[in-house]
Amino acid sequence: MAEERTPGFNTLAIHAGAKPDPATGARATPIYQTTSYVFDNVEHAASLFGLQAFGNIYTRIMNPTQAVLEERVAALEGGTAALAVASGHAAQAIVFHTLCQPGDEIIAAKKLYGGSINQMGHSFKSFGWNVVWADTDDLSTFEAAVSPRTKAIFIESIANPGGIVTDISGISEIAKKAGVPLIVDNTLATPYLCKPFEHGADVVVHSLTKFLGGHGNSIGGIIVDGGTFNWSAEGRFPLLSEPRPEYHGIKLHETFGNFAFAIACRVLGLRDLGPAMAPFNAFLFLTGIETLPLRMQRHSDNALAVAEWLTQHDEVTWVSYAGLPGDRYHNLAKRYSPKGAGAVLTFGVRGGHEAGVKIVESVELFSHLANIGDTRSLIIHPSSTTHSQLTDDAKVASGAGPDVVRLSVGLEDVEDIIADLDQALKA
Amino acid sequence: MAGLVSHHTYSDAEISGILNSVRSVAIVGASLKDVRPSYFVVRYLIDKGYAVFPINPGHGGETLLGRTVYASLADVPEAIDMVDIFRGAEHAPGIVDEALTLQPRPKVIWMQLGIRNDEAAAKAEAAGLTVVMNRCPKIEYGRLSGEISWSGVNSRVLSSKKPVLRPGFQHRGLPGT
Repeated sequence: MAEERTPGFNTLAIHAGAKPDPATGARATPIYQTTSYVFDNVEHAASLFGLQAFGNIYTRIMNPTQAVLEERVAALEGGTAALAVASGHAAQAIVFHTLCQPGDEIIAAKKLYGGSINQMGHSFKSFGWNVVWADTDDLSTFEAAVSPRTKAIFIESIANPGGIVTDISGISEIAKKAGVPLIVDNTLATPYLCKPFEHGADVVVHSLTKFLGGHGNSIGGIIVDGGTFNWSAEGRFPLLSEPRPEYHGIKLHETFGNFAFAIACRVLGLRDLGPAMAPFNAFLFLTGIETLPLRMQRHSDNALAVAEWLTQHDEVTWVSYAGLPGDRYHNLAKRYSPKGAGAVLTFGVRGGHEAGVKIVESVELFSHLANIGDTRSLIIHPSSTTHSQLTDDAKVASGAGPDVVRLSVGLEDVEDIIADLDQALKA
Repeated sequence: MAGLVSHHTYSDAEISGILNSVRSVAIVGASLKDVRPSYFVVRYLIDKGYAVFPINPGHGGETLLGRTVYASLADVPEAIDMVDIFRGAEHAPGIVDEALTLQPRPKVIWMQLGIRNDEAAAKAEAAGLTVVMNRCPKIEYGRLSGEISWSGVNSRVLSSKKPVLRPGFQHRGLPGT
């Protein structure tokens, strides 16, 4: 490879992290289905445990198949390093475990994936991490939420389920002023559509389960380190800036520099909390990512065609998709997600809750299930499923009111997708 | 070797060329404390087969990982191919001056990640030495060999060639070796 060329996104999606296997020459990344790795000798083992040498110890902490996935996603996002874990939720738990002590605060967008609202609002509370909700449509609410205990701001680049596009750089300025990292969940956009690091994010997280894997076959998550944040500036992130007793007094930021956050998440969070990814799942994610650019473009093109068709339908009261000209988020989409607005859209159905339930039960091609980012087209009525544990007010606030139907538009022929929705809306 | 034109970027070929050409490395500012980054670098370069000479004025005559610590570059009894500066940038000119008095002269002055001193670099280059600044030889070796990729780090290296295996477990070499 010519040294001075910066490879393009399609090339990285196929090649980043994946050289031929040095032992066998295998060109596809082998599945290293092993728990552990032999040491050269006692000294070698000690240097691995002490983080002095690079190398594999135990698959709860690292695995060569998983490492290819990590480098691949880090390269696609433009980050310095990454850590893959068992799920998107595990990624978030580890990120905040690395940043927060009991009594600390996280400012989070109030329109998030329902699972994230539950995780932050309930489970994190039992760790003593308190969430302060803010509104991405009014950035002053983020500024007003900053306190001396704030340790991070958390947003989604494209929010689920509402089709909301977030002003990442506007919120990044608030995070920089507050001296805290901006964490962006880039699951719905993927780095093909949006690269949050280019807009001031410090850490990116993904549910790999969705579009990166893309085939609805594996659960996984990943944390990507942007390498931009100074963890030692004010002593507010002691796991990174202070000597770690479990590693004989190493200061992780001093030692690992611009990939210290990914290392801290691995050697403290993942090592001690334990949500490791299965090597086989890492292989499936790698295979999926090779076609990410092709898939995301087709997802976006199909979703736009479906959204345009829905706006003309008598049974549809509104359509929320940032790819539609005239959508309130269209200008933000043109700025942050110019190649397309992704696969996920919501629409309102005439007749409210009952009509929403009827549609999801009448579809034949769409699958009624709680996921997004499959090759197959997916449908759900959030109010009765993903967001059913929220109060009615919270449902509306998070974009999951009673009449809302969410689609994850798949890769089938768009005529077939539209025909199925048409028969379900008429049923 | 000719002077590297820009000190903002170095090509992978330039860096692996340097790391493949040197065998003995003096590390100025090597710490005897096993949690310091300079100790990590000493250990890693020893593991990679380099002849490493730790330099630390406060610990001359002591031993670090089986190697004698020298108080100054001039005390090292063997030829030094590369001087790795693990001190603040303000110390670089003095260290370069000292390196230029050595016979034979080192071929490479390397300043660690975060350390850059253009004046010292210009002086060394004028004397025919190659200069690298603001890089870590451990990270660069790990990046180019692929070892750092085991930690999920973006090596920025794409290749359809097999990585180089070295004797010993989990031990890789640089391309072209």
